Amino acid sequence: MVRVSSWGRLDSHEHDLVPLSDRDQAVRAVAGGRGLPQGNARSYGDVCLNPDGRLWRMTGLDRFIAFDPASGRLRCEAGVLLRDIQRMSIAHGWLLPVTPGTQMITVGGAIANDVHGKNHHVLGSFGDHVLGLRLARTDGRVIDCGPDREGDWFAATIGGMGLTGVVVEAELQLRRVAGPWLVTDTVPYRNLDEFFQLADTSETGWEQTVSWVDCLSGIGRGLFFRANLAEIPDRIAQSGRKPKRVPFVPPVSLVNGLSLRAFNEAYFRANTLKAGYAVAHFEKYTYPLDNLHDWNRMYGPRGFYQYQSVVPRAAGRAAIEAMLAAIKASGQGSFLAVLKTFGDRAGRGMMSFPRPGVTLALDFPNRGASTAALFERLDAIVRDAGGRIYAAKDARMPRDLFESGYPRLAEFLQYRDPGISSAMSRRLIGS
Amino acid sequence: MQDSPQRIVIVGATSSIAEHCARLWAAKGKVALTLVGRDAGRLERMAADLRVRGAIVTSRTADFSDPRAIRALADAIVAEGVPQQVLIAHGSLPDQQQCQRDLDAAYEALDVNGVSPVLFAEAFAGHMEPAGGVITIIGSVAGDRGRRSNYVYGAAKGLVTRYAQGLQHRLAGSGSALKVVLVKPGPTATPMTAHLPQRGLAPVEQVARLIVDGSAAGKPVVYAPGKWALIMMVIRHLPAVVFNKMNI
Repeated sequence: MVRVSSWGRLDSHEHDLVPLSDRDQAVRAVAGGRGLPQGNARSYGDVCLNPDGRLWRMTGLDRFIAFDPASGRLRCEAGVLLRDIQRMSIAHGWLLPVTPGTQMITVGGAIANDVHGKNHHVLGSFGDHVLGLRLARTDGRVIDCGPDREGDWFAATIGGMGLTGVVVEAELQLRRVAGPWLVTDTVPYRNLDEFFQLADTSETGWEQTVSWVDCLSGIGRGLFFRANLAEIPDRIAQSGRKPKRVPFVPPVSLVNGLSLRAFNEAYFRANTLKAGYAVAHFEKYTYPLDNLHDWNRMYGPRGFYQYQSVVPRAAGRAAIEAMLAAIKASGQGSFLAVLKTFGDRAGRGMMSFPRPGVTLALDFPNRGASTAALFERLDAIVRDAGGRIYAAKDARMPRDLFESGYPRLAEFLQYRDPGISSAMSRRLIGS
Repeated sequence: MQDSPQRIVIVGATSSIAEHCARLWAAKGKVALTLVGRDAGRLERMAADLRVRGAIVTSRTADFSDPRAIRALADAIVAEGVPQQVLIAHGSLPDQQQCQRDLDAAYEALDVNGVSPVLFAEAFAGHMEPAGGVITIIGSVAGDRGRRSNYVYGAAKGLVTRYAQGLQHRLAGSGSALKVVLVKPGPTATPMTAHLPQRGLAPVEQVARLIVDGSAAGKPVVYAPGKWALIMMVIRHLPAVVFNKMNI
């Protein structure tokens, strides 16, 4: 048994860790077994944990199977990191269409959480670019599914939190790019009206939109970041930056009310001064924290939560305002606060998180009861607005909010693998 | 030679360390890799991956314990072109307790970790001596001093250490441009060690990087990571009265 924790480092539990390193062996190992597939364990909460049970660790299944540089179709094992795909494919002029704010996640994890990125309004979520996948079930069955075959299995597995079986391999459609460079633009905004105006006007003309919001300001001031691929024909794979590391877990969270106020003020001012256009390497611009290894340690020994919700656009303005006010009143929150609008499209998966509306994501250092109390206030706002919480980030949402947020839950449960269970599934589904 | 790809042979190719070395070589471009292993299916899956990463790849299965088969395999590979680089990476971590009870297990551990790598190196050395190149053999820090926790494995790796020294001595005397690089990895995070506490295990990517760079530089001995050079120097020189009290 090995102690394993997820990215939030809230706690760690004993797991029977079974590394899978060969895809034929993987199918045999899953057949007749009970457990949970785990990728690179970058989910924040308990979606990737199975305390006192078995974890099939997928990161050893990290081989490419075939890549066609003419069509951009890639077949690979499920444990391949998005980083390794992009560093290989950029040399041929291809990148993944959709990636989240880290590329240190596996293909299987990206599918299981149907992850999204800054370009949701143009390209949807990760599952929209999966051409097919192979699912190994604990009853020994192997299901090859995709948008055009076994479509129900596919829709259940995209965003299915790993609960429909173990994804052992997948075929992805990459997208053509001129090179690794982005043209970026930074625009400060002083309140939520300005944010929504920027979000709406940027949807056409800008492929990537996201914003940092100052969670202590209460008025929703922040920085709006938008970017497009640049037509610069140069294919160097890496940005050349040197990684840094948080070397140890500090005894208390480095993120607290005092440090946060100073940091947010400085960050807002510095970026206001250098607002405007720039050219940046996609690795540096899109995955800034990948360069700070073990950054999750900075929240100290008690770990941290991330709270990410999406609320429908109609209720969005008022709901975001209410959430920001509640966060400001609580004096909690962190520098990592993201506000973004999703495009007018739902995910392919029965349990996909992205939906039309506006999403707010924040880290919170774990301060026990006061953090839990804040989350309850935020839950009430999300519930009233008809929104949902992102499972990939969650460690504590109440079951009723899960059920109301994901109306296709009953349909999804028909495709569950009875041999697969996670801390999250036991908490939110009861088994 | 500049226009033809560099020829690299990897024996024990499906080991995690070897596979990561292969990926680093493939990423450099213009390499022709010959993968030697036991399991044809795994070799083919690995070959497909390395082709996507840009290498030219062939694979061969082999009997790792038959001296004649080892000779025949080396001759057959060389017949297609003398390699510039050979990496000998096979081995398995035996259970020391089992080796003490079961001499078959001890014999197998000595054979696969000691005798077999030496025979592979010897089979290629003669072919490569005239033109030069690099033979890299993966030993272990365990070969530096016998310890109660794994001395059968350590003995096999000690054999590899003495062999590499001797071959280096022979080649230095003959003025050959063939280099022999002995790598001594410390505990490394691979699928084989995933059941152990991960604290203190070196990432396999880091170990592979040190092997590839050390081989390119033709270093006689590469500890991976480098801190093990210091740790093992201390352990080698500890007086028995101190050493025997340590439970390592």
